[in-house]
Amino acid sequence: MTVSSDGALIHARGLRKRFGEFTAVDGIDVDVPRGEAFGFLGPNGAGKSSTMRMIACVSAPSAGTLRILGMDPLRQGPAIRARLGVCPQLDNLDPELTVRENLTTYARYFRIPRRVARERADELLEFVQLTDRAGSKVEPLSGGMKRRLTIARALVNEPEIVLLDEPTTGLDPQARHLVWERLFRLKQQGVTLLLTTHYMDEAEQLCDRLVVMDGGRIVAEGAPRELITRYSTREVVELRFAADAPEDIAGKLAGVGERTEALPDRLLLYADDGDAALAQVQQRGLEPAGVLVRRSTLEDVFLHLTGRTLVD
Amino acid sequence: MVSLVLPRLAALPAAAARSLSVMERNAAALRSAYWLVMISGFLEPVLYLFSIGVGVGALIGGLTLPSGQVVSYAAFVAPAMLASSAMSGALAETTFNFFGKMKYVKLYDGILATPVRPFEIALGELGWAMLRGGAYSAGFLAIMTAMELTTALRALAAFPAAVLAGFAFGALGMALSTYMRSWQDFDLMASAQFALFLFSGTFVPAESYPALLRWLVELSPLYRAVELVRSISLGEVGGAQLVDVGYLVGVTALGLMVAGRRMAKLLYK
Ligand SMILES: Nc1ncnc2c1ncn2[C@@H]1O[C@H](COP(=O)(O)OP(=O)(O)OP(=O)(O)O)[C@@H](O)[C@H]1O
Ligand SMILES: [Mg+2]
Repeated sequence: MTVSSDGALIHARGLRKRFGEFTAVDGIDVDVPRGEAFGFLGPNGAGKSSTMRMIACVSAPSAGTLRILGMDPLRQGPAIRARLGVCPQLDNLDPELTVRENLTTYARYFRIPRRVARERADELLEFVQLTDRAGSKVEPLSGGMKRRLTIARALVNEPEIVLLDEPTTGLDPQARHLVWERLFRLKQQGVTLLLTTHYMDEAEQLCDRLVVMDGGRIVAEGAPRELITRYSTREVVELRFAADAPEDIAGKLAGVGERTEALPDRLLLYADDGDAALAQVQQRGLEPAGVLVRRSTLEDVFLHLTGRTLVD
Repeated sequence: MVSLVLPRLAALPAAAARSLSVMERNAAALRSAYWLVMISGFLEPVLYLFSIGVGVGALIGGLTLPSGQVVSYAAFVAPAMLASSAMSGALAETTFNFFGKMKYVKLYDGILATPVRPFEIALGELGWAMLRGGAYSAGFLAIMTAMELTTALRALAAFPAAVLAGFAFGALGMALSTYMRSWQDFDLMASAQFALFLFSGTFVPAESYPALLRWLVELSPLYRAVELVRSISLGEVGGAQLVDVGYLVGVTALGLMVAGRRMAKLLYK
């Protein structure tokens, strides 16, 4: 990874966020260069949204350094926000306005001339495939449509950095693929993307680099492939047993593969050669009711680092 | 030096434009149902004027002012109704509506992700409230002039005074709304508003109150507004009106500042 000549667009050192006694973000270091797609991965309550809000300049850091586009969020908030696009975790569209008005009105907050605002609104509605709902109020839209509108709204000022807090949570697979495709196009146009997600495939497809957060801290950082190589084996054997609890089986597998991870409904056996490991399992007289040998994913990295599955 | 001052000067129109964009949003959100709400707000003081000013006034007859001028009771009460209608018009917009937008609709969470700052939202909302308050005042002044309770020239002069009163109450209401926890708290505010309406030299001259109560009344912002509007509409303007204007300008500035600060505290968390 190379840092462009104008340095990182987002630069954080020892960044902290406290709510009273509680520390939500506990000293994180982040550098995001221009044009990168950067992801925050983490379980519920890891501090992803709190971090995103600080970067969006709508939440003051409790400690540490934060520079966005070379500026100080505390003193130059409006100038920074003028160049950011924000899609918050919870949609906060304007329910009193129509779909199209949501975009034109939002553009006016950026002092974009009315004519330009109207043009962009139409382009963006096309972009997120909502043109046929332009005159509808927001309330009757489906969750996925609202989400797409929120994403369109985040683009109305042609931002250099787009912050997306769980952009596809609650979307059906088709809508999710549409959003991915659109985000990918933005990335190709050179827009810097910051996103949080619970979906491993989303992170693997979209992110050049990501951090895994847990309890307000960064526990791992790197490119998706890199993280898998570093924190997991090449392959994983998923074993399901009819009667026995996965933990009990785990005890009988000492020495097979590199390590095991017992989930409520299955046992994960980590090994570089999955088939060989499976043969060893069978040699020990164990007869799993279901077997799946697959490649390691970010999900396994996540499980290893945080002890939790991402989507329960 | 120049480089230090220029950005500040340039920032002023930018801030004003951003406040205007908040007003623009409200204009876009205007729907037919709103007109019903607006008309009922306008009718209230008009009904008071007829029932009390004209009705009760017929029993009371004329009223001698400290200056010696004798005026009809309706002419005495009308400017007070004007000031209170400016108050209620502005308050309706900056208390209920503002609170709902901030707390339940989460409208401002979206806006604050743009360059618009909390103070600019407060200013835009207040400006919008004053369009409504201003419309009420203009309508009411037209009625007063038609009923010969004041002259056209005095009505013209009273208009900015009524608008200033609206600004003061709108700002005050907005500041208070940022401290409200739920809709229940607004009942308290409504009671306070009604008490102000009754005891701010509205229906009887403040001079007729006992000394202690009179001091209290003189502190009331509505009293200041009534005083100001009444002195203009009855042609009795004096040095005291400078105090009224200063007071109302002060309340407006303070209200806006508190509202902006509180919004930042509540929304930038
Ligand atoms: N305004 C707030 N006041 C108090 N605590 C808060 C506030 N916002 C967040 N927190 C706490 O900070 C922690 C981190 O929250 P945050 O929303 O950043 O997590 P997250 O990683 O986005 O989680 P999720 O995946 O559920 O969205 C949580 O324990 C949360 O309860
Ligand atoms: Mg979150």
